[in-house]
Amino acid sequence: MEFFVISLLNGVSYGLLLFMLSSGLTLIFSMMGVLNFAHAAFYMVGAYAAYAIGFKIGFFPALFVAPLVVGAIGALVERYGLRTVHKYGHVAELLFTFGLAYLIEEIVKVIWGLTAVPYRVPEVLDGPLFTVYSTAFPKMRGFMMLVALLMLLAVYLLLKRTRIGLVIQAALTHPQMAEALGHNVPRVFMLVFGGGTALAGLAGVIGGVAFVTEPSMAAALGPIIFVVAVVGGMGSLAGAFLASLLIGIIQTFAIGLDWSLGGFLGAVGIAVTAQTPLYSLWKLQLSQVAPVLPYLLLVLMLIFRPKGLLGTRAD
Amino acid sequence: MAAAPSRLRYRPLNLARWLIWGLTVLAMAVLPQIFTQGFAITLMSQMGVAIIFALSYNMLLGQGGMLSFGHAVYSGLGAYIAVHTLNLASSGQIWIPVSLMPLIGGLAGAFFGVVFGYVTTKRSGTTFAMITLGIGELVATCALMFKEFFGGEGGITTNRVVGQPFLGITFGPGVQVYYLIAFWCLLSMALMYAWSHTPLGRIANAVRDNPERAEFIGYDTQRVRWFTLIISAFFAGIAGGLSMINFEIVTAENVGALRSAYVLIATFIGGIGFFFGPIIGAIVFTFFVVALSGYTNAWQFYLGLFFVLMVMYAPGGIASLIMMQVQLIARKRFRRIAPHYLAAGACGLLLLAALILTVEMTYKISVDSADGTVMNLFGVQFDASAAPPWAVAIGLWVVGGALFNMARKRVARILGEIQTEILQAKT
Amino acid sequence: MNARALELKSVSKSFGNTAIIRGVDLAIPKGERHAVIGPNGAGKSTLFNLISGRYPLSGGEILLNGESITGLKPFEINRKGLSRSFQITNIFQRMSVFENIRCAVLWTLGYKYSFWHRLGGLKDANLRAEEVMESIGLKGRRDTPAGVLSYAEQRALEIGITIAGGAEVILLDEPTAGMSRTETADAVELIRKVSQGKTLIMVEHDMGVVFDLADRISVLVYGEVIASDRPENIRGNKAVQEAYLGTEAH
Repeated sequence: MEFFVISLLNGVSYGLLLFMLSSGLTLIFSMMGVLNFAHAAFYMVGAYAAYAIGFKIGFFPALFVAPLVVGAIGALVERYGLRTVHKYGHVAELLFTFGLAYLIEEIVKVIWGLTAVPYRVPEVLDGPLFTVYSTAFPKMRGFMMLVALLMLLAVYLLLKRTRIGLVIQAALTHPQMAEALGHNVPRVFMLVFGGGTALAGLAGVIGGVAFVTEPSMAAALGPIIFVVAVVGGMGSLAGAFLASLLIGIIQTFAIGLDWSLGGFLGAVGIAVTAQTPLYSLWKLQLSQVAPVLPYLLLVLMLIFRPKGLLGTRAD
Repeated sequence: MAAAPSRLRYRPLNLARWLIWGLTVLAMAVLPQIFTQGFAITLMSQMGVAIIFALSYNMLLGQGGMLSFGHAVYSGLGAYIAVHTLNLASSGQIWIPVSLMPLIGGLAGAFFGVVFGYVTTKRSGTTFAMITLGIGELVATCALMFKEFFGGEGGITTNRVVGQPFLGITFGPGVQVYYLIAFWCLLSMALMYAWSHTPLGRIANAVRDNPERAEFIGYDTQRVRWFTLIISAFFAGIAGGLSMINFEIVTAENVGALRSAYVLIATFIGGIGFFFGPIIGAIVFTFFVVALSGYTNAWQFYLGLFFVLMVMYAPGGIASLIMMQVQLIARKRFRRIAPHYLAAGACGLLLLAALILTVEMTYKISVDSADGTVMNLFGVQFDASAAPPWAVAIGLWVVGGALFNMARKRVARILGEIQTEILQAKT
Repeated sequence: MNARALELKSVSKSFGNTAIIRGVDLAIPKGERHAVIGPNGAGKSTLFNLISGRYPLSGGEILLNGESITGLKPFEINRKGLSRSFQITNIFQRMSVFENIRCAVLWTLGYKYSFWHRLGGLKDANLRAEEVMESIGLKGRRDTPAGVLSYAEQRALEIGITIAGGAEVILLDEPTAGMSRTETADAVELIRKVSQGKTLIMVEHDMGVVFDLADRISVLVYGEVIASDRPENIRGNKAVQEAYLGTEAH
């Protein structure tokens, strides 16, 4: 029972982090048709920026400043990079963001080196929030969930209740019409890209502290959020939310379970020993297979339901 | 972007085509006799493998319009199957000569092309790219999980000197491996070139340009893409098998995301719109990686920057830049712009110096300061934490930036003038 | 046995809640030249897209030479002998004119997914492509990349690709759209020539072209066929006149 509750809480908090990242990705994709391969790299920049800035001004101010810095970088990238490449088509845009991801990671390595930096949990957030049976649920995780939910609320309100949100929604499906009506669509695109990357940066501020801040953090999380995007359905925020939680929970539970196919067979009376052919397959535990599960889900989804859970945008 | 013919037409002059192929064969045969040092032979061997790999990748990207982030899966799995086969041959359980191992790799690659390709080619465009990423990660993660087949962190090692020497060939010395690679490279190049002139090859182009129209001339675009991928995976597997023979080890890196990224970068840098583009890209890339990594630890940064700049300003790759100059030469206008190219190049060098100085100093201060901050660059020694070198760097940025901007604009202007003249001469 | 090349039975199509095609019945005999006309927004292009398999039907069925093609994919329908052109030119931009046409003949000549035949040595494919290229008048532009052709040349190529495979039923979607008088006249002659002995269905706005070429005309208004008859009878049809005049007076 304890395992179930803790894993559920951890899974949901991890899923919310995934959603913070994949929501920005989905927004950028919906608005601009560009799949931002470098999204996880901006996540990483957010973590490093918060680490560097936090030294001078503390964690909580950095929580606000770092995403703004990342968003500014994102806006510049859009204005001077993406816009140049836009005329060459979608493949070129994807290649650009791909190269950018690689480049950002290398820049981080040049400035901060290959090993993890000591981006520490601030004292006020250190320690247990509450205890379930005998396991403590850390305050940091709870804070992460809070930030994610607040962010979700803010984005929702921005899109649905403000004028700029209305313009964004219009430019989403009818960019030429929105431009004909006098709205500065290129500037809207810059705002959206900057906004999306700022969200990634915010996720980085939290994630970098909750997990580890090192150059490989982008490459570790990057593919997962693409899986989330495809499984949820490209272009669907609700789908991304669902897929994030699903994958977050599945992975967290799997890591903690030692079940194996051999164990199942043993439970129904079939003995599996080291002499059984393909023994290494039978003895494989769920906890060992856990990293692969999101990708298996991706493959299955693509075979049986290619447009994703709640996909709207056909390819 | 001006529309350029995507193939040089030598139709009445088949002689030119035979000449180029002949020279290539000659060059590959003679080079190791000229550059006989060990590292040169190794470098050329790596280039040969990279050429096959990049050409196979361009079947997907340049010919088929399919952007894949997981191509190393096919070369890597091909390498794994080949290495296990070689080990079986070494222990005498089966008899397959080492020289046929690349074929084993190729067949394995094709097999996985059938299996994974079926899933990946269900979609196209951006989603296809994402799926290939997912499958790439899937295989790479599996590689660390199933230790019996993949050998875990240490990989699977082998010995390529197996059995009786055949006509004195043991494949022990590096130069013998080079000639084996050269053989397979030439064979693969010829086959892949021939493929682009077959019905499937041409329809793959059609599907790339206009998948909807391709459907309406009777073709199942999904099938076309699947078959193209299988053949591409075959050649990738050959590259994997050769890599296995060359290094005598296969690790999880062979199927990893970085290797997939490298082949993408190499092919794109070379130029995806021409058959010979990936060949150039493979050679340049291998040189970059092997040579540059000896000079600086930040070589991956330089590579990434080079790639991004190419995507932004020369998306046709080195091949397209070459072809553009060939056109200028053919129309006798190259001499006019050559001095301006040189001027822009010189200013560019200033900027490059600024970049190198900044990056190397930053690296020294932040990462490499274990034995102090004094460093040596191009023979000049200085302290990276002192002010003067930084002042020099800033100066180079400002001056180089301004000069390069001027030179670049002049080149663009003159190119525009030349283009207009050419167009007017036509009408 | 079946003299009907194409038959539509109660075909309907809705996008969401909006009904675009509402129960269309059409029977087109073999060898007929049939024009579909109607005011803008009537659903003519949608009808074409339904027949060629680009959109799925919401109701009804479509028969080609007596065989149901409802729900088949575009390439399956094409292989059964129906070919179409597009209103917005849909050619292979980067390939030469000759290559464009040659691609269109490969499947019907049986080369399918072959990667063991050398394109240069396919005598039948090359010959047929040359013939088609000659008949559409683009022989002089043989090696030009299709993307740099003039608009009218591209439209001609569009038709060339459509008929090259030898389909018996040809759908042409506004073939003379955007053409000048002389270009239109040339296009009409081309269409007459290439549709000799085949079944032709075309969507057109140019009434001159329609009355020149068509054996029969169907008038589509708001997703329904309000008249389907010979040209002289359509001219005098009250309902047709009302539809055209009525919808213009907004």
